[in-house]
Amino acid sequence: MSVEFSFLLVQALSGLASASSLFIIASGLTLVFGVTRIVNFAHGSFYMLGAYVAVTIVPWLLQIERSPTLFFVGVLISACVVGVLGVLMEVLLLRRIYKVPELFQLLATFGVVLMVQDAVLHVWGPMDIAGPRAPGLRHGVMILDQRFPAYELFLICAGPVVLGLLWLLMHKTRFGILLRAATRDRDMVGALGVNQALLFTGTLFLGAFLAGLGGALQIPRVSASAQMDLSIITEAFVVTVIGGMGSIGGAFLAALLIGQLQAFGVLIFPKITLVLVFLLMALVLVVKPWGLLGRPEAAPASAMPEGIASPRRFRAFEKLMAALALLAAAMLPLFGDAYAVKVATEVLIFALAAFSLNFLVGNGGIVSFGHAAYFGLGAYASGLLVTKLGMPMEPALIAAPLAGGFFAALFGFFIVRLQGIYLAMLTLAFAQIAYAVCFQWVEVTGGDNGIVGVWPSAWASSRIAYHYLVLVVAVLGIFALRHVIYAPFGATLRAARDSAARAEAIGIDVRAHRWLGFTIAGAAAGLAGGLYAFSKGSIDPTLLGIPLSVDFLAMILLGGMQSVMGPVLGAAAFHSIKDVFMPFTDHWRFFLGASIIALVLIFPRGLGGAYAALRARFSGGAP
Amino acid sequence: MAEAMLEVVGLRAGYGPAEILFGVSLKLARGEVAALMGRNGAGKSTTLKAIMGLVPPRAGRVRFAGREIAGLPAFRIARLGLGYVPEDRRIFTDLTVAENLEVGRHAARGHAAWTPERLFEIFPNLAEMRGRRAAAMSGGEQQMLAIARTLMGNPEAVLLDEPSEGLAPVILELMADAVLRMKREGIAVLLSEQNFDFAAAVADRAYVIERGEIRYDGSMAALEADPALRAQHLTL
Repeated sequence: MSVEFSFLLVQALSGLASASSLFIIASGLTLVFGVTRIVNFAHGSFYMLGAYVAVTIVPWLLQIERSPTLFFVGVLISACVVGVLGVLMEVLLLRRIYKVPELFQLLATFGVVLMVQDAVLHVWGPMDIAGPRAPGLRHGVMILDQRFPAYELFLICAGPVVLGLLWLLMHKTRFGILLRAATRDRDMVGALGVNQALLFTGTLFLGAFLAGLGGALQIPRVSASAQMDLSIITEAFVVTVIGGMGSIGGAFLAALLIGQLQAFGVLIFPKITLVLVFLLMALVLVVKPWGLLGRPEAAPASAMPEGIASPRRFRAFEKLMAALALLAAAMLPLFGDAYAVKVATEVLIFALAAFSLNFLVGNGGIVSFGHAAYFGLGAYASGLLVTKLGMPMEPALIAAPLAGGFFAALFGFFIVRLQGIYLAMLTLAFAQIAYAVCFQWVEVTGGDNGIVGVWPSAWASSRIAYHYLVLVVAVLGIFALRHVIYAPFGATLRAARDSAARAEAIGIDVRAHRWLGFTIAGAAAGLAGGLYAFSKGSIDPTLLGIPLSVDFLAMILLGGMQSVMGPVLGAAAFHSIKDVFMPFTDHWRFFLGASIIALVLIFPRGLGGAYAALRARFSGGAP
Repeated sequence: MAEAMLEVVGLRAGYGPAEILFGVSLKLARGEVAALMGRNGAGKSTTLKAIMGLVPPRAGRVRFAGREIAGLPAFRIARLGLGYVPEDRRIFTDLTVAENLEVGRHAARGHAAWTPERLFEIFPNLAEMRGRRAAAMSGGEQQMLAIARTLMGNPEAVLLDEPSEGLAPVILELMADAVLRMKREGIAVLLSEQNFDFAAAVADRAYVIERGEIRYDGSMAALEADPALRAQHLTL
């Protein structure tokens, strides 16, 4: 027996151990989606809470007696605590958003993610907390000639055991049978006398329990940290999407695949394991758009058309407002201090980015959860050209939209083949690939630290000159995009948004139009990113991260995605509020999360919608 | 009609801006079979859905077994003893026949409880496929399963939406037998139908609905005996 073989065996075994852990977490996510049709971003937060509760409870229990029994009792208690938190989330939030469009559901559950992050920091502090090792499973086991941790062997068994228990639950209990029925047709289950609300609450308990269990089981392997939630949720998303959303068996298959891919991928491409995983996902979705064991969605989750209804020209009053806003932006350097100019410059940049996102979401019905990727890629293109190749600002700025557009075309080629929640997940996955590359390719991108020294050319180096440059470019960009919305191409995108089938039937190549739309939006976001890089003087991976993507979504939500100019208003309001309040509070994320949830619940049409409603009220017409 | 099991007065309902029902009124006596007939789009299915709470009623009253049920969620209405069998059957295709019946199971109210065994007497075909996934059943078998599933809730009245639609003549006879059997068990049935012969074979009472309003309300026998009346309301 060669050393080579035993090494590969151990590698495969550790792949199985991570597959088990991943499956336990993903099974809860897919279960909750299957029944409630909500993709729960906060599932990663439940996982994190499971780990934090366990590192609190388990050491306390082990003080009584260092027994394996008490260790696992502690793990189960932690999972139950998290399950109860899941119930709380269902009763307080999810119950109110089952009928709203999926973008709002995603945003609302992301609001919970933000709130939990701050709550965790508040309760447990910023330091990572290492957990105790499991009594009785601390030793290594010799496998051929390699040592393999006993706890990993235990984890390998835990996944199939959970799968088996879930199978029994789903097939041998009334609750499970009702869950499976509700996964297919929840309204019919209601018409047969089953209280859906209770069923959904039970589902959330089970889902959060599984996430908590997954987190609690991790404590001997990894410390509890406040970054656990987002890293695990993307992996869990990938598992559920590859397996087919709602399919527990599919999640198991996908977790096995990904576990092995990571275990062996790290030997071949140590730098890009994350990329491999997302590439697998993109590949599976292109071949099987509903995942390995998933089934096509019967109909879009919401029939309510959400987005720009029919754009109309500015009325006189709005023309005046637009002119005043432009004038204010132009005059600001004369009155405002340097800080005000900086904020105004950033508002203009984000306005362009948010406008380009609403071009996709509001006008095209393409819900992108990874729009920051194109913003960040534009920033990196400019930044790298200036710092690595010594190019001046002007050509580097031209490269920004080209880079954003190029990658949007590349990723969009796959993305526009999908619909609904699968499309949103794929945009997220591609954004994470881009993020991973910028994060891991340290030699070129500077990794986590990014790159500094991205300065504008001499003529534009003063804050004020750069402000005017941004003003001209951003306003031109917004007006160009706005023109496209009013052009037949924009109307075609709206037609495809409202009914892809009918648009196809009248001879529109929906996929090609969406692809082009995606590319245009990516280019505009890239341009905004390039402008941002020079305004900051630096680039780093957060420019491609999920939080920034969510910021953009929050801007269009705040401004109202039904209106053409709403995103500009939203960007101004969002960024000003953020800039003013962030220095005053350690809990910015908590407030942001709570505000997003509040927006979704009580103000789903944004500021633009509120303005339209006010107008209608005072002019006496219907809204 | 001494005491109506189900009484609908001035029911209005619709979807979004579209108004479908403009004040539907009808009654169903205890143990009676009534047929609600009309053309496509007349409002038959919407009437049943609005009674069941699946489409929110906008105005009007719905009384069932002495209680006002308009505005209640569907599961509450079902638990009060009003069963519903949808037009497109909506059986749970991933589940076996036995599991489909389990979803519908609900404790008895007063009269003899339905069990899978008793249902298999009425629908012998189902007995042979208890463990089969419902996706692998024919349309007729699915229709039987949909009715059996609703009966598992031990309803006192059942709303049957187009039970004859798309069924072969042999199955149609079985279905008519099933409706008459329900009647013998004391269950009131309100069925929507386009197949006049089927309706005439099972119903005591007839309603004709046209553009969201009831245009005929009388005995089935009278409607059957009067070709002119029928022509006026039901020919295309």
